[in-house]
Amino acid sequence: MGSAEGTGRPLLEVNNLVKYFPIKSGILIDRQVGAVQAVDDVSFTVHEGETVGLVGESGCGKSTLCRAILQLIEPTSGSVKFDGRELVGLRSRELRPIRREMQMIFQDPYASLNPRKRVGEIVGDPIQLNGIASGKGLRTQVQDLLERVGLSAEHFNRYPHEFSGGQRQRIGIARALALRPRLIIADEPVSALDVSIQAQIINLLEDLQSEFNLTYVFVAHDLGVVRHVSDRIAVMYLGKIAEIGDADAVYENPVHPYTLSLLSAVPIPDPRENSSRKPIILEGDLPSPANPPPACRFHTRCPYATEICSTEEPPLIPHSSNQIAACHHPLNKEHPEAVAAALPHSQVNST
Amino acid sequence: MTGAEATQQATPQPAKPTGKLLEVRNLTVRFETEDGTLTAVSDCSFSVDRGETLGIVGESGSGKSVANLTVMGLTRSPNTTIEGEILFDGKDLLKAKPEELAQIRGNDIAMIFQDPLTSLHPFYKVGWQMIEAVQAHQSLNKDGARKRALDLLDLVGIPEPQRRLEQYPHEFSGGMRQRVMIAMALLNDPKLLIADEPTTALDVTIQAQILRLIARLQKEFEMGVVMITHDLGVIAEVTRDVNVMYAGRVVEAGSVDQLFYNPQHPYSWGLLGSLTRVDVLRHSRLSQIKGQPPSLLQPPEGCPFRPRCPHAFNKCHELPPLEHRGGDPGHLDRCWLSPDQKQELRVLDDGSIGLREPEEVGA
Repeated sequence: MGSAEGTGRPLLEVNNLVKYFPIKSGILIDRQVGAVQAVDDVSFTVHEGETVGLVGESGCGKSTLCRAILQLIEPTSGSVKFDGRELVGLRSRELRPIRREMQMIFQDPYASLNPRKRVGEIVGDPIQLNGIASGKGLRTQVQDLLERVGLSAEHFNRYPHEFSGGQRQRIGIARALALRPRLIIADEPVSALDVSIQAQIINLLEDLQSEFNLTYVFVAHDLGVVRHVSDRIAVMYLGKIAEIGDADAVYENPVHPYTLSLLSAVPIPDPRENSSRKPIILEGDLPSPANPPPACRFHTRCPYATEICSTEEPPLIPHSSNQIAACHHPLNKEHPEAVAAALPHSQVNST
Repeated sequence: MTGAEATQQATPQPAKPTGKLLEVRNLTVRFETEDGTLTAVSDCSFSVDRGETLGIVGESGSGKSVANLTVMGLTRSPNTTIEGEILFDGKDLLKAKPEELAQIRGNDIAMIFQDPLTSLHPFYKVGWQMIEAVQAHQSLNKDGARKRALDLLDLVGIPEPQRRLEQYPHEFSGGMRQRVMIAMALLNDPKLLIADEPTTALDVTIQAQILRLIARLQKEFEMGVVMITHDLGVIAEVTRDVNVMYAGRVVEAGSVDQLFYNPQHPYSWGLLGSLTRVDVLRHSRLSQIKGQPPSLLQPPEGCPFRPRCPHAFNKCHELPPLEHRGGDPGHLDRCWLSPDQKQELRVLDDGSIGLREPEEVGA
């Protein structure tokens, strides 16, 4: 139990995945003048039944990574294997049966549902298109799904605008479940919702996971939410994975300074804990992914950077029994006192 | 004095200046809509003094923004009815003429919003927008106003302010735009800053920078700050007093310590219980609040939280007043449960504070 590699059978294997978006210039002839390096050499594995959380600031490539995994955009290079089968390079017809097993839940419950379709069609169309059920059987299946996600069977004929944000997200979840997928990629599924509704949706996703033995890749910028749902966490910075490991290890003994600064920037909903820690406040903004800093991409904002950080890229290697990270100055070896001071005390004591 | 204590004193008697910077008394805001009368804010009172920070926390539709837009006079329109008093430096803003209000707004009271991109005009350079804001309130020539704008950009930590003044809003990142908004808010040395979800659209690392900046400037200028947010983490970090709003009403008011360590209202328990925290190990289940907030067109009779509250009983069909019932003096709430019942009911099986599931209550 508990290694950076996770446990169980690998369901999704991502190897050296790269997605560059070309920057073009010129009127008649498109000349490529650069590239936005949205995802650069990302590798990780997701095992059956687990939840891998993906965190990072906006623009770090989280959503592009999700889309490249699902082949919604074509990766520049690298490999994505689902249940042992290579997806990169497959034609859309070949992808179709695999797509049934991988579904996505989107952030914006307003934009991700077609306003001109009834709930019954939104949830039922994937079932019908895949020839699983039709007519009366389809209706019962959809109504069962609606009830399973906390809506009611009468909602079948309603339109999305008749629902609140939380209810719409439930419709999106019902749609994702319709084809009985094995993997669900949830891209910021609760960030548009109010706190009390967030809790309802998180509880629902957890219930569904145990009921249908689902595997989740859970993307969010809210580190509290990610900790609550994830078994393992991957931290991304400017298109690269900075650190990946068991959720508790990453949150309690982060190895990468970026992980620590992210964690310490989150205000804790507890006034005493808040005043007792010394957060690391990063200066400046995220550099542009079109022109990322050389070597370690974090060195321009890192409080512990030295010369080597700007000349040599740190490899992603194990730094403890359950974490791998890409850093020349791992905190657990070089700056343990910074971790203790920046994180809330309950967290450090509980290890 | 806390916002809470001021609320307690609020009586229907005529306004008497208390020396507070801002005092909102029994504010009610109604909008006439096609579907009927929508009561966005009901009988809401709070106050803030120079150098103090009052947090207002609530979910979408709780009335927290409308209450503060009304302070700025931004909800005045033929289909709005506003009742109550808004005393700023002893003067009732609700009775102020539009031109008087325009002088106070942007001068004595400044506001920053959630989305800094839509709050800046995309067609004009940042420098032009800032100079205009200075000249609207101070008799400075263009060079003087420009100098003032430069100083403020520098103050809020924007590198190369000279070059930045000549740029358009789209050339700034989200965090930098919010810094520009803050600089614009401070141009005329306001006494009160109303910050409406100032960091919600920002990443956590940038949020930390902005919160720290607001705290520093508040100290430097002795401003009163009203921090409106849905994030209890932000409340815990920056405010001293806090009002919890639900369905247009203040349901609990007190200091942050009182709210976090001795919450009196079941809605506050629900909020605290539904939080995910970075410093807490994964536990089995979040304590959720069932259902959805009520419609403000047809608010439920009695306590607005009654339809979602697992502890509701007969008396809850009557609206509880906001008053001191349990906890330390100055800690107010709107809930009929006795202080002893609250102590017992808010504790979940695992010892944390939250709202129980209805079946556990045996209703």
